[in-house]
Amino acid sequence: MRDRLAARFASLNGRAGLVTFVCGGDPSPELTAPILHALVAGGADIIEIGMPFTDPMADGPAIQAGNIRALEAGISLKKLLGIVREFRAKDAATPLILMGYANPVLAYGPGFAADAVAAGLDGVILVDLPPEESGELDLGALHLIRLATPTTDDARLPTVLTGASGFLYYVAVAGVTGQNSADAADVAAAVARLKAATDLPVAVGFGVKTPAQAAAIAAHADAVVVGSAIVDLVGAAAARQSNDIPGEVQAFVSSLAAAVRSARLESAA
Amino acid sequence: MPEQISLAEPASLKAGPDTRGHFGQFGGRYVAETLMPLILDLEREYRAAKADPAFKAQFDDLMTHYVGRPSALYYAEPLTKHLGGAKIYLKREELNHTGAHKINNCIGQILLALRMGKTRIIAETGAGQHGVATATVAARFGLPCTIFMGARDIARQAPNVFRMKLLGAEVRPVTAGAQTLKDAMNEALRDWVTNVHDTFYIIGTVAGPHPYPELVRDFQSVIGTEARAQLFEAEGRLPDVAVAAVGGGSNAIGLFHPFLDDPVELVGIEAAGHGLQTDQHAASLAGGRPGILHGNKTYLLQDADGQITEAHSISAGLDYPGIGPEHAWLHEIGRVRYEGITDDEALAAFQLLAQVEGIIPALESAHALAWVVKAAPAMPKDKIILVNLSGRGDKDIFTVADALGVKL
Repeated sequence: MRDRLAARFASLNGRAGLVTFVCGGDPSPELTAPILHALVAGGADIIEIGMPFTDPMADGPAIQAGNIRALEAGISLKKLLGIVREFRAKDAATPLILMGYANPVLAYGPGFAADAVAAGLDGVILVDLPPEESGELDLGALHLIRLATPTTDDARLPTVLTGASGFLYYVAVAGVTGQNSADAADVAAAVARLKAATDLPVAVGFGVKTPAQAAAIAAHADAVVVGSAIVDLVGAAAARQSNDIPGEVQAFVSSLAAAVRSARLESAA
Repeated sequence: MPEQISLAEPASLKAGPDTRGHFGQFGGRYVAETLMPLILDLEREYRAAKADPAFKAQFDDLMTHYVGRPSALYYAEPLTKHLGGAKIYLKREELNHTGAHKINNCIGQILLALRMGKTRIIAETGAGQHGVATATVAARFGLPCTIFMGARDIARQAPNVFRMKLLGAEVRPVTAGAQTLKDAMNEALRDWVTNVHDTFYIIGTVAGPHPYPELVRDFQSVIGTEARAQLFEAEGRLPDVAVAAVGGGSNAIGLFHPFLDDPVELVGIEAAGHGLQTDQHAASLAGGRPGILHGNKTYLLQDADGQITEAHSISAGLDYPGIGPEHAWLHEIGRVRYEGITDDEALAAFQLLAQVEGIIPALESAHALAWVVKAAPAMPKDKIILVNLSGRGDKDIFTVADALGVKL
């Protein structure tokens, strides 16, 4: 399998990447592939696609609501892999990471990794599967993206890094998605500590909602993750029955991408 | 020459979990990375506390003078005569301070919280019994306390909500999902991950990430340890059967654990709601399959896609789509037999105990009693059934009146 993640990070030429998150199936399974293409058109370098779960205990109100919309619209992991296939038919390069909780993957059964790779998925982030329990699921050739957090001290870090691949996801604040925002100086120090311990690229997320916040993080990290703000936008657009949700997503992502792309230049100046 | 005979003792069933918190394939630590260092700290602190005579002395002293232990073991002679079969003993956990077994665990956990220097307590609650017990110990030790409770449960358990507030706790309504116990636990986990530095999460049952299932079991095992000794004193022998209701399963594991290596039949009663053939029940062993939720791998009510489904029971304390991992394991190895009792059967047993014994049981405990009502008449009079009367039923009178069509 071609390593889309490594290729994408190598192609960034020193600037930070933009990682965008949406809930798969939100607001409907039919609109998901068009929304994924809109993320790319807006300038997303990597996409995290959320696998909705009834009990998203690491997520704040925005992504909880996105999960509920998607589940009510009938999403399942099988359907989500179908959407990934549909996306891949038109986009062979953008890395796609599945993010979610362990139980839907466990329920899918032992064929998950092979089916996911065949569909065109590149990796998984399972927020309730710490290194200690990773053996529970066979993830085959998929990248297993691990999370480091403000509570991950030097004693714990080697455990997190063992078996990590693709990139390291730094959760910038202790908390759930889409709530508090981290201080850029704290993030800079944390990223420096992580980069001293691993050669993997470090992406930073949780609480990054605006172009300005994204730019501040992008000055220090290999990639910035924005999720709740996009999911909120999708929810609001769906609520007023917008007939161009992908277009609205693309416009917002463009503003994030422009901020992220300018960040290194500004900080170098 | 005789054939080789193994002199090794059979392994104790009480030895679990293993060092990673697994009971067979169940248990473990399925939590967000932010919580992992804290969970590992908690385990270290619990090991230290277990080995510390001062911790045990303080726990025992509070059990005696604050909780009122030991709780009585009562020969239920009228009920025995009424049913005309096996001799029935009730372990009277409903006589504890706060009216249920929940306080045993809360005392243990708040002592751990104090040892760890935590300054704020959170907990989830369904019926409000664990919330009341947590608010009680938080008041006793002067720590601020926030209880997460589903908005629907708040509406149907008003007396317990008021009790928690009287005890100084903040009761935070949870409007996510079905607004019941599972959603309250999600919200408590979200609070914990956000306030991980100063907050201790007092989990109310033998579920959640390791070491919770182990430490809650250890604190609740006082039930079975006392009952075993009390029955030896009364009858000079072990019971033939021990029975308890199972939601998450803390009162049941507390009764069963000290008997695991004994020749005693153990029966756990799941809430069969409107019937196991319907989708309106809370029997995760009978109607679920293994999955991962709330920090552990265990049997869960879920659909084919691994989405968690809603549980139903007339008893709010059993209204949860999962079960503690040690129960999942005891079920899988066949050491404990798990059976279902419906809402209607539990309601009948609730009324029977009130009329025959003058004891109003909790609806949870009424599930165990309903099994006794079915099983005891067919057993010889020299057999002994030990039942865990895990809580008193005052909290349930509104639910029961409603189910019986009585307006209060």
